[in-house]
Amino acid sequence: MTKWFLRAAALLYLLFLLVLPVGLIAWRTFQHGLSPVWEALSSPEAVHAFEVTLSVAVWAVVANTLFGVGTALLLVRGRFYGKRVLGALIDLPLAVSPVVVGLALILVYGRFEPVGGWLERHGMQVIFSLPGMVLATIFVSLPLVVRAIVPVLEEMGADQEQAAHTLGAGRWQTFRRITVPGIRWALAYGVVLCLARALGEFGAVAVVSGRLVGQTQTLTLFVEERFQNFDQTAAFAAATALALIAVITLLLAKLLRPND
Amino acid sequence: MTTAPTTEAEPDVDTSGPVRVSPPPPRYRRRPPVGTGLGLGTAVLYLSLIVLVPLGAVVWRGTRGGPDAFWRAVTTPDSWASLKLTVLASLLVAAINVVMGTVIAWVLVRDSFPGKSIVDTLIDLPFALPTIVAGLVLLALYGATSPLHLNLAYTQASVVVALLFVTLPFVVRTVQPVLLELDRDMEQAAYSLGASPGVTFRRIILPNLLPAMLSGAGLAFTRSIAEYGSTVLLTGNLPFKTQVAAVNIFGRIESDDISSAAAVSTALLVVAFVVLILLDLVQRWGMRRD
Repeated sequence: MTKWFLRAAALLYLLFLLVLPVGLIAWRTFQHGLSPVWEALSSPEAVHAFEVTLSVAVWAVVANTLFGVGTALLLVRGRFYGKRVLGALIDLPLAVSPVVVGLALILVYGRFEPVGGWLERHGMQVIFSLPGMVLATIFVSLPLVVRAIVPVLEEMGADQEQAAHTLGAGRWQTFRRITVPGIRWALAYGVVLCLARALGEFGAVAVVSGRLVGQTQTLTLFVEERFQNFDQTAAFAAATALALIAVITLLLAKLLRPND
Repeated sequence: MTTAPTTEAEPDVDTSGPVRVSPPPPRYRRRPPVGTGLGLGTAVLYLSLIVLVPLGAVVWRGTRGGPDAFWRAVTTPDSWASLKLTVLASLLVAAINVVMGTVIAWVLVRDSFPGKSIVDTLIDLPFALPTIVAGLVLLALYGATSPLHLNLAYTQASVVVALLFVTLPFVVRTVQPVLLELDRDMEQAAYSLGASPGVTFRRIILPNLLPAMLSGAGLAFTRSIAEYGSTVLLTGNLPFKTQVAAVNIFGRIESDDISSAAAVSTALLVVAFVVLILLDLVQRWGMRRD
C-alpha cells in the first residue's frame, strides 16, 4: 500500500513538473509539421545566434578544460599551503547568481577604472562583446571539469606516474602516456557537462552581452527575445533545439559517468 | 684485512634493497610530477581574473559607501521585497524538495517498475536544460494557454514552481547513494523485533538519511536564491509581487544603478555564503555519525 502510494507520488510529481511541460513544448513545436520549425531555425538571426553560442561555448570549454586538468592535478598530487582553500574557491561559482556573475565582470572589465577603463582606452572591448561572454561562460562552468576529474585522479593514485618517472619518463611523457589515459572518461564526462552548461547559459550572458540582436545574441537570448516579440514558433523551435542538446548531453553523461 | 670489507659489503647488499626503495617517495613528494609552482600560479591567476577579483569588486562596490549606504540600498522597498520573496520561496522550495526528493530517491532505490532507468536519467534533465527553456516549458503547461486550465503565470506560485523545477535533482542525487549503501540488516532487525514500518523508517532509516537530506536541501536553497533564467518568462517579474532578487539586480544594472545592484548582490552572496558554511558543518556532522 505504502509502496504504491510512494510510487504514485514520485511519478506524478515528475510527470507534472518535468515530463508534461517538456513534452508539451516538443508537441507545440512540431504541431504544424517540420517546415515552420526549419524555417524559424534557418533564419539569419537564428543561424547567427547559433554561431555565437557555439564560438562562446568552444572558447569557454577549451579554457576550462586546460584549467580543469591542471587544477585537478594540483589539488590531488600537489602539496602546498592553502590547498583546501583553493578547493573551496573552485566551487564558488556554483553558489553565485548568474546575474551577479554578469555584474561582477562588468565592474572589472566594463567601463570602470582601473582595468576596464584602461582596456577601453586601448581599444579592447570586453563587455557587450564576445570576450565578456566567454568570461561569463567560463565563470559559470568553471568547477565542472575539475570536479569530474578529481575523484578519478584520487582513486588512480600516483603509483603508476611515479613508476613511469623512475623509468625515466619526463613529466610531459608521464602525463600523456599515464595520466591522460587514466582520466579520459572522467575528462570526457566533465567536458560534456561543461559544454552543456556553456551552450545553455542565459543569465550571466544576458548581462554582459547587452543583448544586441544579430551581434551578441546567443541561442538562449534568442529564445527570450523571440518569445517577448510574440514569435512563438521561433522561440519554441529554438527552445526545442536546446532541449534536444540537453537530452543528448544527459545520455552522453550517463554513458560516460564514472563508477556507474 | 681482506675479509673485513667482504663481510661488511655482504650485509650492505642485503639491506640496500629495502633501504633504497623507501627514500624516493619523499623526493617525489617534494618534487611532484607537476610543475607545482608555475601551475599553481597559473591556476590562481585564472581563478582570480575570472572569479575572485570580479566578485571582490561586487562586494567592494556594494559596501564602499559604508554600512548605512549598504543598508539603505538593500532595504529599498522593491529590493527588500524581492530579497524577502527570494528567501521565503527558497525555504519553501528546499522543504518541498526534502520531502519529494527523498520520496523519489526512495522509489528509485527500493521500488522496481518498468521504465525506472528512464526516470532515473530524467531526474538530471533540469541540470542540463537551459534555464530560459525551463521557464518556457513551464509557461506552456502553467501559463495562459495551459491545457490543464491552470494559469499560474505572474503569481507567486509560479516562482515556487520555477524554483522546484531547477532544483529537482539536488535532494534526489544526495539521498540516492546513501540509500543504496544503507545496510538493510538494521531494518530487518527492527522488523523482526516487532517495529512497524513507520517506526522503522523514523528510528532506523531517517537518522541515516538526514545528513544527505539536509545537504541536498542546502544546495537546493543556494541554487534557488541565485536563480534568474527560469523565473524571467514565467513570473512576469512584477515588483513587490513576483520579482526575485536576481531579477531585481538585473533591473538595477539595466537602469545603470550599479551601486545598488552591487549592494543587493552582496546581500545575496552573504546569504549563500552562510548557507554554504552551514552545509559544511552538516557534512562534517554526517561524517562523524558514520
